[in-house]
Amino acid sequence: MSNSLDAYLILSGLLFAIGSFGFLARRNAISMLMSIELMLNGVNLSIVAFGAFIPALGAQGSVIALMVIAVAAAEATVGLAIVIAIFRNKKTPLVDEYDQMSQ
Amino acid sequence: MGAVTGIAAIMLVLLGQDWGDALFWILAAVMLGSALLVVTMHDIIRCGLAMMVCFGALAGIYVVLGAPLIAAAQVIVYIGAISVLILFAIMLTQTKDAPSRLVFQTQAVPAAISAVVIAVIIALAIAATDWHEVPERIRLATDALSQVLFNDFVLPFEIVSVLLLAAVVGGVFLAKREPGGPS
Repeated sequence: MSNSLDAYLILSGLLFAIGSFGFLARRNAISMLMSIELMLNGVNLSIVAFGAFIPALGAQGSVIALMVIAVAAAEATVGLAIVIAIFRNKKTPLVDEYDQMSQ
Repeated sequence: MGAVTGIAAIMLVLLGQDWGDALFWILAAVMLGSALLVVTMHDIIRCGLAMMVCFGALAGIYVVLGAPLIAAAQVIVYIGAISVLILFAIMLTQTKDAPSRLVFQTQAVPAAISAVVIAVIIALAIAATDWHEVPERIRLATDALSQVLFNDFVLPFEIVSVLLLAAVVGGVFLAKREPGGPS
């Protein structure tokens, strides 16, 4: 099983689905950011799996995965800074209480 | 947990699978289980710690997959940097009075249904597609990867470094307190 591309791709799809559930269902903004990290990791696993099983890609799969990891670090930095800035104004991390624009 | 995975490993080896398969199954089970814990647990600090376990198991899967440099980057960046950042943000935003009686929003059930539908669609699409893959993993040497990274991809590499610098400056700017504002 560890030598079949489908197993890795299905695993990455499951991780992506779990992350999308967390993003849609959690109330806490930081939990939503953690779910986004899970989804990014799922996509990254599929990229590395493609690079490891398709010879035409060569080393490009691994290079793209490294780039994705770096961009995910940048995204986490800015996202958490935004959450902290909102928390300083609204005094709550729960996203369903960020309803200023609907009032 | 360790005893359970050990027993599972012994059972898998006794069932006739080799160590690569056993490692793959155990790491996949740990990764999916801890990912489910991340999205369902009540205490958000424990969610962050389960996320670290999930990233560690994913690094192990990268090793099984034959990409050790990606696994090292995963450990350094995700477990070392992003998880610590998230744990700090959790500790900065925890409120003492209401540690969130409800973990989920009202749309949790439609979210679960849509997640299952996404997983099923992805699995069906994967099973229905012929990827022209080779039956054996390609083990890429780290020096070959670095040759490609610093010859063909040197411009994206530099752009990513500039992006990281911009993200650091932007993060500091967004998260700092305004002088004279509410502390």
